[in-house]
Amino acid sequence: MKDFIIPGLDGAPAFSDRDYGTPESRSQKMVTLTIDGFEVSVPEGTSVMRASNTLGISIPKLCATDNMEAWGSCRLCAVEIEGRRGTPASCTTPVAPGMVVHTQSEKIRKLRKGVMELYISDHPLDCLTCAANGDCELQDMAGAVGLRDVRYEAPQGAPGVANHFLRRESDGTANPQWLPKDDSNPYFTYDPAKCIVCSRCVRACEEVQGTFALTIEGRGFDSRVSAGMAGDSFLSSDCVSCGACVQACPTATLQEKSVIEIGTPDRKVVTTCAYCGVGCSFEAEMRGDTVVRMTPWKHGKANRGHSCVKGRFAWGYATHNDRILHPMIRESINDPWEVVTWDEAITFAATKLRDIQAKHGRRAIGGITSSRCTNEETFLVQKMIRSVFGNNNTDTCARVCHSPTGYGLGRAFGTSAGTQDFDSVEHTDVVIVIGANPTDGHPVFASRLKKRLRQGAKLIVIDPRRTDLVRSPHIEAAHHLPLRPGTNVAVVTALAHVIVTEGLYDEAFIRERCDWDEFQHYAEFVSDARHSPEAIAMLTGVDPNELRAAARLFAKGGNGAIYYGLGVTEHSQGSTTVMGIANLAMLTGNIGRPGVGVNPLRGQNNVQGSCDMGSFPHELPGYRHVSQDATREIFEKLWGSVLDKEPGLRIPNMLDAAVEGTFKGLYVQGEDILQSDPDTRHVSAGLAAMDCVIVQDLFLNETANYAHVFLPGSTFLEKDGTFTNAERRINRVRRVMMPKNGYADWEVTMLLANAMGAGWTYTHPSQVMDEIAATTPSFAGVSYEMLEEKGSVQWPCNELHPEGTPIMHVDGFVRGKGRFIVTEYVATDERTGPRFPLLLTTGRILSQYNVGAQTRRTANVVWHDQDVLEIHPHDAEVRGIKEGDWVRLASRAGETSLRALLTDRVSPGVVYTTFHHPDTQANVITTDFSDWATNCPEYKVTAVQVALTNGPSDWQEDYAQRAERSRRVLPAAE
Amino acid sequence: MAADIQKLVRMANQIATFFASQPGDTQAAEVAGHLKSFWEPRMLQALYAHVDAGGEGLSPLVLQAVGRLRQPA
Repeated sequence: MKDFIIPGLDGAPAFSDRDYGTPESRSQKMVTLTIDGFEVSVPEGTSVMRASNTLGISIPKLCATDNMEAWGSCRLCAVEIEGRRGTPASCTTPVAPGMVVHTQSEKIRKLRKGVMELYISDHPLDCLTCAANGDCELQDMAGAVGLRDVRYEAPQGAPGVANHFLRRESDGTANPQWLPKDDSNPYFTYDPAKCIVCSRCVRACEEVQGTFALTIEGRGFDSRVSAGMAGDSFLSSDCVSCGACVQACPTATLQEKSVIEIGTPDRKVVTTCAYCGVGCSFEAEMRGDTVVRMTPWKHGKANRGHSCVKGRFAWGYATHNDRILHPMIRESINDPWEVVTWDEAITFAATKLRDIQAKHGRRAIGGITSSRCTNEETFLVQKMIRSVFGNNNTDTCARVCHSPTGYGLGRAFGTSAGTQDFDSVEHTDVVIVIGANPTDGHPVFASRLKKRLRQGAKLIVIDPRRTDLVRSPHIEAAHHLPLRPGTNVAVVTALAHVIVTEGLYDEAFIRERCDWDEFQHYAEFVSDARHSPEAIAMLTGVDPNELRAAARLFAKGGNGAIYYGLGVTEHSQGSTTVMGIANLAMLTGNIGRPGVGVNPLRGQNNVQGSCDMGSFPHELPGYRHVSQDATREIFEKLWGSVLDKEPGLRIPNMLDAAVEGTFKGLYVQGEDILQSDPDTRHVSAGLAAMDCVIVQDLFLNETANYAHVFLPGSTFLEKDGTFTNAERRINRVRRVMMPKNGYADWEVTMLLANAMGAGWTYTHPSQVMDEIAATTPSFAGVSYEMLEEKGSVQWPCNELHPEGTPIMHVDGFVRGKGRFIVTEYVATDERTGPRFPLLLTTGRILSQYNVGAQTRRTANVVWHDQDVLEIHPHDAEVRGIKEGDWVRLASRAGETSLRALLTDRVSPGVVYTTFHHPDTQANVITTDFSDWATNCPEYKVTAVQVALTNGPSDWQEDYAQRAERSRRVLPAAE
Repeated sequence: MAADIQKLVRMANQIATFFASQPGDTQAAEVAGHLKSFWEPRMLQALYAHVDAGGEGLSPLVLQAVGRLRQPA
């Protein structure tokens, strides 16, 4: 007997590409049946098609695919079942005990051939010149059913047979059924002439992506795939260009332009996306060393075969002409760059850094690790700083995003990371999304969340803006609490007030899992009337009845999960809100099982990893404080150097120390602090005060304007390594082409470290991972061999958890008892007043990523070519501002100009913008206020004024000029 | 007050404000522990120097914490 799902058996490798036709059934009950004489047992609810596929028997199909529900329209998958009449579709027929199925018979053969003949009668036979040639399911099925001719021809002399694919009839008249190709989307085309109306694209848009941008218009022979409303193209429709429809299309109807241009790929390499913290697995489909396309990998556990516009399509930056491929140096930032050899550049940098240390002391230099680089690269940068520079002045961009998560969750639970895997959302009943906009920032997770919401889970959105999740097709939040920026703690504490005072808390959980004395203290604190929804309504702007209803729903609505983003952390009370979120989860017993938990949505691809790898100035890899003698000893022994036991400088502290004159040299790997960090003027003053700034990046980014050494970086396509995503999942990054700059980033760091006397001899990143495993208990079980075998693993992965840890705190908190921490609301010092009466909050947009260095160098600019200011029509009206006007945005830190977008997504009194474009420089406006515990900047609250203006501000014009001057490169010597 | 020390004063006071809201009688120790764990030595030295110069603007809890930090171990 053949059993179901035997990875590696029946000829299928562990990660088979086989399309099982319909989704997996989750039933525990097994059903045994016979297919073509073979007995097979599958979970109840499995389709006959899928059961057959588990035996290795493929049933011809066109409209079925295993990432969406069966549709039963193509009629090609007909089978015969003993005792049943007719020829049922195997995709829509569930298995039954004792069923006897025949997938091939004379009757079925004829039937399928007839069906295919009809399909092909309305399809162009231009296979040789078709972009899908060799990658077309229609072609495959014609072969599979033995189609040899098509009999549907018009009689001689009569008008042609009605069809969709001929532009003109044989008599030269236009074919009214023919529609031109839609190539409005920059990445794919829609050719109606090749469409077989299988609806896979429409269903992918609904079931997988959840956007509902596509539909079938018309009936019968007039049926057409249509994007948006009548008159819309793909580009003007609601389509978010996630690529799910293109992936689903069995023909060349929806086709990547890169495939049209290059041809089909010859090989696939599984790797990990280098954009957001979801960490989607992709197959880089290659021809030679050219990427033909990136397609989401169905076995990727973060994305389960889905993608967004960035990962799927926006990888063209990797070969963009702006990439700098040769090292450059200059004595002064006012000089033009001089192209030099690697040797010269590294020697120049190493000498400068050592000179600075000789003159200003060991602690006068430092570095910034990159949350876009691999774990191995990050590990080496902090190793270089700690053991070669001899200090702890290492930090990473997590400082400016999720450092409060590390601190807050560390204190409450004992570990600094999200508690769940992304699959957990499939078991959630009530979701709180606070300070996050996943449909833009974490799109693939958003699709998975929306799928669960469509199944009936309830949603509570806590956000100053009416984000897409609040209301979009087939999704509506049960409660939206549009709080005033800066009042998270008050709202979260008020939720707890309702849960405690109305007796909605899970006492059994708290008694078993948490510190009961601390809980009682906390309960007393939150019960105080000053924390009631009514008491805080004036302050937060949130309707108390909505808040009460939201609290009741979360406490009693079943499995409750909290997902949050930078709208929580980037505040002066960021760490306090994180603790408040942990309190809510513990109060309601929502920790330690699927469907619940505290889930920070991490920003960059490897920001979790860069934190894990010891990028912070106070922590060695694995979140162990530098003051712990035993931990330092582990590294000192292996590295052969003495480590500093005092914490180092954080990024803002480095800049302060630079202005003050005690910090003189900085190595920045893959990070653009001038654009991404707050209070641009202060950042530029700090950088300008340093004697040696070394920037390692793909492009001459904004920070490089202040650099003395530029070391060309490599892309994720050019190196081996691992990224760790927001669910603590360690995923492999695999080299698919050689580094265009000559070296992977880890090799560049090694060159610099060795020039400073390190004596490192790594020849492959796997050796670095072995070093991480040997020194860091939560990674003890991780190796490249293991990742090859398992695909990915979630830390902690060690003797206690050999398979990794999808869900944390299952039997108890890492720290023992969970801690309830009192969360007193403290108003930020950043307040509105007569000069600056509005509150600015910042965020992201789907098509652009972070500072835009990558996405601005792709066709994604068609969706977002400039940052705009969202302002409520009331606020606009009193200022005489109309849609599209240039407005001046000013805070006490600085001013910039951008165009206005009038929208009631923001409340009156609140304005919003993104920070993707350097010519806007939103961070000229943001201030140096920061989270009390971690110095994470308060990006999300800045008091501003908005007024009409004529165009870019003086600062912007000066800045543009300075940037241009700074990017001059001396012509190479003959 | 110079801008840089002003910033340190604000940061220290922010830390004290949080721990002041916590129950028990270990607030000063918590503030001291936080400063010791997260502040680089030159930041602490600058704070000490500011305390020696009168400690303008610092909350009493920060002053207590600094007192603890400077006690010989």
